[in-house]
Amino acid sequence: MPAAVGQRSFDLLSLSMAFVLAVNASHLPWWLDVALTLTLAWRWWQRRQRSGRVPGWIKLPLLALLTVAVIAYYGNLFGRAPGTALAIGLLILKLLETETLRDVRVGVSFACFTLMTALLFDQGLVSTVVVALGLLPALATLRALEPAQAPASIPRVLWPSFALLAAALPLALLAFVLVPRLSSPLWGAPSQDQARTGLSDRMSPGGFTELLTDDHPAMRVTFDRAPPPPEQRYFRAYVMARYDGASWTYGDVVGQPPALLRVEQSVDYQIMLLPTHRRVLPALDVPIDAPAGAGMRRDRVVMADKPVNDAFTYSLSSATRYRLEPQLGNHRLRWLQLPAGFNPRTLALGRSWRQRYGDDDAAIVRAALALFHDGSFRYTLAPAPLGRNAMDDFLFDTQEGFCEHYSSAFTVLMRAAGIPARVVTGYQGGYWNKLGSYLLVRNSDAHAWSEVWLVARGWVRVDPTGAVRPERVNLGAAAAAGDQLDWYRRDWLQGLGNRWDIVNRWWDQGVVGFDALRQRGLLSPFGVRDTDTATLGVLLAIGGMLFIVIGLAWALLRRQSRDPLRESLRELERKLARQGIARRVGEGPQHYLSRAARALPGHRKELAILMESYLQLRYACDVPPAQPSLVFHRAVRNFRISGVRTSKSSEH
Amino acid sequence: MRGLPQRLQRWAEGRLPALTRYRRPESLPIELHRHRIYIVPTGFGLGFSVLLLVMLIGALNYSNNAALLLTCLLGAASAASMLVAFRALDGLRLEHVRAGHAIAGEPIELVLSMQSGRLRSAIRLDLGNRCAAFALDGHDTTQVKLLLPTERRGWQSLPRLRLWSSWPLGMFRAWSWLHPDLAVLVWPRAEAAGPPPQALAEDARHMRLHRGEELSSLRDYQTGDPQRHIAWKASARHDDLLVKDFEQPRSQPQWQLDWRQLRGMDDESRIARLARWLNEAQAKRCSYSLWLPGNEIGTGSGPLHYARCMDALAGLP
Repeated sequence: MPAAVGQRSFDLLSLSMAFVLAVNASHLPWWLDVALTLTLAWRWWQRRQRSGRVPGWIKLPLLALLTVAVIAYYGNLFGRAPGTALAIGLLILKLLETETLRDVRVGVSFACFTLMTALLFDQGLVSTVVVALGLLPALATLRALEPAQAPASIPRVLWPSFALLAAALPLALLAFVLVPRLSSPLWGAPSQDQARTGLSDRMSPGGFTELLTDDHPAMRVTFDRAPPPPEQRYFRAYVMARYDGASWTYGDVVGQPPALLRVEQSVDYQIMLLPTHRRVLPALDVPIDAPAGAGMRRDRVVMADKPVNDAFTYSLSSATRYRLEPQLGNHRLRWLQLPAGFNPRTLALGRSWRQRYGDDDAAIVRAALALFHDGSFRYTLAPAPLGRNAMDDFLFDTQEGFCEHYSSAFTVLMRAAGIPARVVTGYQGGYWNKLGSYLLVRNSDAHAWSEVWLVARGWVRVDPTGAVRPERVNLGAAAAAGDQLDWYRRDWLQGLGNRWDIVNRWWDQGVVGFDALRQRGLLSPFGVRDTDTATLGVLLAIGGMLFIVIGLAWALLRRQSRDPLRESLRELERKLARQGIARRVGEGPQHYLSRAARALPGHRKELAILMESYLQLRYACDVPPAQPSLVFHRAVRNFRISGVRTSKSSEH
Repeated sequence: MRGLPQRLQRWAEGRLPALTRYRRPESLPIELHRHRIYIVPTGFGLGFSVLLLVMLIGALNYSNNAALLLTCLLGAASAASMLVAFRALDGLRLEHVRAGHAIAGEPIELVLSMQSGRLRSAIRLDLGNRCAAFALDGHDTTQVKLLLPTERRGWQSLPRLRLWSSWPLGMFRAWSWLHPDLAVLVWPRAEAAGPPPQALAEDARHMRLHRGEELSSLRDYQTGDPQRHIAWKASARHDDLLVKDFEQPRSQPQWQLDWRQLRGMDDESRIARLARWLNEAQAKRCSYSLWLPGNEIGTGSGPLHYARCMDALAGLP
């Protein structure tokens, strides 16, 4: 039975595991967090009382309980979330049987692995830095396992690990840039269950609530020239044609070219889209072409070939003044579809407008906007629930809601009046970051608006929300929400967050978005268009060699002895050794120099003086005084041996 | 089964001295430098590199760059720990070795003086299956104590010592052989039981007196002398009554231990007997002298004298 590890190692291991638990806590169900924290704390306390493994009759039922609980909660053991929960549970249970050196090392290795799982959920800068800090107690645990060390407090033992990580950072960055990325995964693509709230191809009034309170960045947009004014910052994602009485859905028309677009003014820009796990690529209204790796659908919706599971950057140009689809042709019916048996009062209102205004479609649009603007409609993120005839309830009863309600009701009204109309979802607004010259669009900037088709003008964007609350369009979602937001989403904090976002952008672009494609273009500034795997390997080897040389230089560096007196004596020894008077092992300086003086009678006096001053400097005080040491050094340097040695000295 | 790897190692060192990093004994002080420090990954180091590989493949497969960065950081830190392990040993000096006293069959204590110009931790010294761990503070000489098993009396040269360290993370082991060209003197083991030394000396009378209750002289009768002490036969030849006089035993008798007294025994038995007598003399705090072939030690007492005698015994051919 190997010896048990010391209390310090165990404390540090417990700290590492607590850290792992903390960084993963938000991905685990709360009851598992609580149970694992209690287990950890209990084991730590228990081992302080008395060291020894926790008996099997406690451990095995806990293991079974963990497995059953994970299966019961997630449905299976595989996949990202259940796998993480199981791994962290096993890690904490490992602590129960940790007693020996080997146990601690296994525990530390596993802790490093489970630290990584936290990054599968969030790759942000802050969480990456926090997770990397989790390596400190882990490495400190390994250090604490080594015997014969000076005692130090817990914060003090973390410091050398920090220094080690800091020293390793350049090599780590080199490896990070040059390790060849896989162009396709080796096994199953990451599961789709990781969807954070995002735009979906289905919209029902009230469905955005979660999205509108999510402050995570959705995308960042840089414009080649001046950015468009705020009221033109509409980013279209889905164009929704079908309404089933409850929700709007996007449906593609397969095999048809995109609707005709006549461009009068256009903008070029790049969008860095954060992972959405969907294929739609938002684009400023109205995209002219699809970027590489994506296709343009009939209703000018841009769809990527693969779901966007990693940060994705694409360049586009869009028309800001345009005529879209001047002739509807046989598609007209698609844009007039309404479900039968829903919203009778809304339909009646729409028909009555048609009767009143005749063929003047624009007047009907104005009438609808006037209804929203002049009626007692309120903009709120927490509207009252709606019944089966949702639009009737909203228009004539509750009269409160946000963009989804307004765009939905407006579109239904238009269709009832016989005007082709549709709902468009996407993002509107965003924060213009002056420092980084880019537009930050958050999930909370999600928006829904309408488009109506007018004769001789094509599709025209109408934002009924703007009629109720113009701030939504001009100032953004936060301004529109007003006092309805939590305290932490108030202006000053928002402003701080917006400025901080430039760091996140750099991180998302430089680190998270550094994919196989970007890696291939790594050497393009040096004229190499396509950096393939072999080149990367060679570069990695060269860079690694460079670091090995630097590291070896450091390792082999020996600081000069800080004892100038000893150096001076060594110099004198070298001079005498050239005359054949080498200092013997274990020979004291006095004996040696006396012997030298006997061997060199011509220098007897000098050597006697040197010996006296050396003995004086060396033994008279603890630290040799500087100035006399220098004098001694000079005397040694000036000491020249001339003449022939006596024959007697050769016996030595 | 334990002997096999050792035999294999001995064979390999004979045949492949360069491969096994064999070093001949060398004189002190020994300073470790890059030509004689070797670094190998430990079992834990190999296991950890497998873990790093798993993390690397996982991060690449999920194209999770943050996880990849973490893996690279951990890997680079592990690699850097190799250099730290090297620096733990580089420049370390074995200044000198002092040996204690021990009789054959018991371990002898070695005190190794290690010195270095900077702080070092977790350095270990292996001698056979014994291990000592120590740290150096960078200023003073550190004394490391090790026990060396002994078998027989006489000069025993120091075996090869392995100096190693797996500082800081236990993933790499830097090691070097230390083989100081030194021998320690092992004292002979005393025999368990045997006769006391015979009193054989030039001053036989003196020795006899030492021996205790023996007659030393006759003197005139004085009133009060016990009747049984009267020497009747001698008194018959004299005018007065004579009384036998007894000498009191001296508190510190003087022993003369002589190799030549022990004829008819082989050398080792003689040495063992002499060692026992020396022990007894030392325990009784007697003065004693020792005569050995080619070495004569005059009368004396005390631990230094005892050590001198034992050394002389141990050094016999």
